[in-house]
Amino acid sequence: MENKAIVCKDLTKQFGDFKAVNKISFDVDQGEIFGFLGANGAGKTTAMRILCGLSYPTSGEATVAGLNVYKQQEQIKKNIGYMSQKFSLYDSLTILENIEFYGGVYGVSRPDIKERSKNLIATLGLEKEAKKLVGALPLGWKQKLAFSVAIFHRPKIVFLDEPTGGVDPLTRRQFWDMIYEAAASGITVFVTTHYMDEAEYCNRISVMVDGRVEAMDSPVKLKEQFNTHSMDDVFYQLARRAERSGD
Amino acid sequence: MKRLGAFIRKEFYHVFRDRRTLLILFGLPIVQIVLFGFALSSEVKNIGVTIQDNAKDVHSQEIINRIRTSSYFSVKASVVNYKDIEERFKDGSVKCAIIFPVNFGSDLYSKEGAQLQIIADASDPNTATIVTNYLTAIINNYQQELNPNARLSYQIVPQLRQLYNEEQNGSLNFIPGVIALIFMIVSTALTSVSVVREKELGTMEILLVSPFNPLMVLVAKAIPYLVLSLINFIIILLLSAFLLHVEIRGSLLLIFGESILFIITCLSLGLLISNVTNSQQTAMLVSMMGMMLPTLLLTGFMFPIENMPWIFRVISHIIPSRYYYDIIKAVMLKGLGFSYVWKETLILAGMSVVLLTIALKNFKIRLS
Repeated sequence: MENKAIVCKDLTKQFGDFKAVNKISFDVDQGEIFGFLGANGAGKTTAMRILCGLSYPTSGEATVAGLNVYKQQEQIKKNIGYMSQKFSLYDSLTILENIEFYGGVYGVSRPDIKERSKNLIATLGLEKEAKKLVGALPLGWKQKLAFSVAIFHRPKIVFLDEPTGGVDPLTRRQFWDMIYEAAASGITVFVTTHYMDEAEYCNRISVMVDGRVEAMDSPVKLKEQFNTHSMDDVFYQLARRAERSGD
Repeated sequence: MKRLGAFIRKEFYHVFRDRRTLLILFGLPIVQIVLFGFALSSEVKNIGVTIQDNAKDVHSQEIINRIRTSSYFSVKASVVNYKDIEERFKDGSVKCAIIFPVNFGSDLYSKEGAQLQIIADASDPNTATIVTNYLTAIINNYQQELNPNARLSYQIVPQLRQLYNEEQNGSLNFIPGVIALIFMIVSTALTSVSVVREKELGTMEILLVSPFNPLMVLVAKAIPYLVLSLINFIIILLLSAFLLHVEIRGSLLLIFGESILFIITCLSLGLLISNVTNSQQTAMLVSMMGMMLPTLLLTGFMFPIENMPWIFRVISHIIPSRYYYDIIKAVMLKGLGFSYVWKETLILAGMSVVLLTIALKNFKIRLS
């Protein structure tokens, strides 16, 4: 239990009669890149909101970084990073100001913010742009920056909600290099995506259908299991079982 | 605390980098003060008047002279016939015409008395009433001087005094109204828009996932606009004092205290609006329609509440700016103390508490 980053057991979230998340169970190892797949409306977002400490489950158990999702939401929030499909930095702030702001919100100390942001800007090669408004950056750079900001406070787990939407393949590739680096440094990555080539980059993936986890394994084994060569086909076979329609 | 500081700093960056917000913040109060102070003045001064003097005798000339010397009127070129008068009214060069009949002077000594006609342009009824009153006063005056002994010895001559604003300085009345309006714009409209913008952009999600307390998000949003509103308030006070020569009679401390209370009411309203709307346009529209129009129309600074149909009088009781307007008028212009405005203060405080509670509750519900 102790070395698992996320543990879910029969996690359920019900809205009236509607079971958005229906008894899902899985666990994620520390430093693992875990792909969380499913068609729109399958319940991914609801499950992720529970794990991020934004909503309470109806029943079942779950711990994130060893912390209980019922009782320790505030503790959980301190230990995770989050990046959403929507671009989440402020356009009217400079790169440096954005970093300082999020660092401040997460309670990183001032000297630490200074040092880490210097390193970060050097790693991203943005020395010239550091004092420019983020609004002027190309989207690919914005997303890379957003990811760097999401792990700026050195969280144990980072949740990425369709992080590469609308980004070109080359930048996506670079983005995944950054994810690997983060994972190598011990950060657990929990990522949702609609791109099946990205699913292949994950250590393990789970596929949600109608609020349940219908399949979970490494991409290679899943392809074997469903007797096909492409992840696309695996996803298609699973998603076809869905009875509720996506939105 | 340090987190809050980082947040507030960010809010200030937003404000100072957005030219439109800046313009609303600091351009608006100045424009409004100047506009209301000079252009939209309800004072009667240098009203154009034309005279058709068919009598051309001593008395008509004397009356015309008196009108000429009065600062309320500016006598324009005289006219020959009625058609000319109408032309002048239409092109707007005069608001009033006086016609002396041919034998005005001789009639004055006759039994029936003399007549003269005053025609006023009543497309602006307020000005028309004031103008005719002033003219009547000038004529009556002259008449009395002509034959001081003719009247009955028992006479009631009312000595009118318009208290608190004896010079009929029109700026006085609207300044509290403009202040209320500015607070509505800055504290209600801008605050709600700035919260909703975070929702629209998706940054709110990030903030909610962060360990930053969601209620602190609201506090951090409110504080910069509280500060900006106060700066605005000081600008308006300075402009009123030095540009419009309005004398501030009441205690400045009380005026500031009451203003902070009203700003808090406005901020609560803004936060409430931001909870129930999801786009910046909607938030702006609700603030404008729901809050600023009632402030303009139902607080009494443009139209007297007493003259409204009962339904509007009832509605005006739920408009916070109405109470603030009354308070500021009483304290700033009449120099009254807290004991005269405690009731309004209590109502404003009550409104703030209710609005803030609803806003905070709704904000929490949204999270689960």
